[in-house]
Amino acid sequence: MPQYAALIYEPGDPDWSAVDTPEKQQMLADYGAFGATAAAVLRGGAALYPTTTATTVRVNGGKGGDVVTSDGPFAETKEVLTGFYLMECADLDEAVRWAAQIPAAWYSGIEVRPVIDFGGSES
Amino acid sequence: MLATLVRTTGSWQLAEDAVQDAVMRALDRWPRDGIPPEPRAWLTVTARRRAIDLIRREAMRDSKELAALELRVADAEPPDHGVVRDDLLRLLFVCCHPALSVEAQTALALRTLGGLSTEEVASSLLVSPATMAKRLTRAKRKIQVARIPYEAPSPEDLPERLQGVLTVIYLMFNEGYHASGGDGPLRRGLTSEAIRLATLLRELLPGQVSVLGLAALLALHDARTPARLDHDGEPVRLAEQDRSRWDRDAIERGLALLGLALRGSVARPDPFVVQAAIAACHDLAPTWEATNWPAIVSWYDVLLTVGDTPVVRLGRAVAIGELHGPDAGLTALETVEGLEGHLPFVAGRAELLARSGRVAEARDAYRAALELPTNAATRRTLAARLDELG
Repeated sequence: MPQYAALIYEPGDPDWSAVDTPEKQQMLADYGAFGATAAAVLRGGAALYPTTTATTVRVNGGKGGDVVTSDGPFAETKEVLTGFYLMECADLDEAVRWAAQIPAAWYSGIEVRPVIDFGGSES
Repeated sequence: MLATLVRTTGSWQLAEDAVQDAVMRALDRWPRDGIPPEPRAWLTVTARRRAIDLIRREAMRDSKELAALELRVADAEPPDHGVVRDDLLRLLFVCCHPALSVEAQTALALRTLGGLSTEEVASSLLVSPATMAKRLTRAKRKIQVARIPYEAPSPEDLPERLQGVLTVIYLMFNEGYHASGGDGPLRRGLTSEAIRLATLLRELLPGQVSVLGLAALLALHDARTPARLDHDGEPVRLAEQDRSRWDRDAIERGLALLGLALRGSVARPDPFVVQAAIAACHDLAPTWEATNWPAIVSWYDVLLTVGDTPVVRLGRAVAIGELHGPDAGLTALETVEGLEGHLPFVAGRAELLARSGRVAEARDAYRAALELPTNAATRRTLAARLDELG
């Protein structure tokens, strides 16, 4: 079965490590509900700290070159990646149906990307 | 004290918590029981005990008991220092971790290692205290959340951390040279510490152009120290300083360093080297009037090519004011933006306005300068200038 990454984008770089408003509390409950409903298709996922804690790594001059780290996300955008789910679905339509149930889809957006299967352990 | 605890506990957060706790206890106890005979030692011991407690508490979860035990003998046997042997310089390199922005690195280092208050850090980096407080909080949070390790840097770590370290040393010197708070216009502790650190850096990274440039810059500025205050401790402006009192040895040292630095930066100018060259022009001039202003203006033009900042434009405008007269200086000053709260800008503008005969505007500018935070001596000088305008 194909897998899809549902990438969660939200405006304003929210900090999900602090659930300090009723809105966030409600939102977290919504995510909990999604997790329970979608349990059968979920293969993993994570919530991320805000982009203010991000570090971008580049190697100048290619492999073996100088490692250059910088403070901040890869791209400065209005909506930022705040988390992701890994879902196993029959097809894109099913993945989209699930993505529509992720709370961020209701006020921002979810990017659904098929995951490449390199063979390996899967039979 | 914080520096030592960070080193021995290996954790910034823990060390800071422990020190803060010790200070709180001191504030609580000292007024009641009297100040202990050796306050610093008392604080160190209390902070250390608190750190051990904190590690023990962690140990309930993590089995870090060993760390707590090690902490007690940490002074007897300092941990691996890596390539940087000096405590403070090593911590500067630690602070300048490349996962933090250079702004965050310098703010954090000036605050925790340079001993500057948040207000002083803010004024030396030309941002508001609120912005600075936010920047510091953000940096500390990233250190904590992303787990930026506290580790003695290895030789290959040094180059990418150097920019931050140089900037911090430069700003420490600046704060000491033009103290933004307190009674006196000089804080010798800061300038001499900055010079010491620059000297250590030269030993650590021999031949590095920016390091040579910074060392030259500091020496050439420090050379003027004996003439920067009059008998009453009032600051004397460069134009009116008794140049015979300048430290000739320091000037010679600075010029020698500058020579080495210039030879190493022919292809690409380095901001510290160019600033040192400007300082050298002043140090070599027999009088203010006889200063080689064309050379200074062209060095500023070079400086603009490597870093077009409002402060550089300000320096250039002042030099143009000397070369072509106050009106030309004021015109050049019009291209400077964002320095409205920066004393050298406001006072420099006031000066040019006064020389240009625009007395009413000059008065307003001096009054605006007097509103800005500075030391008491500079304030008196500004007030005297305002008085002279009648």
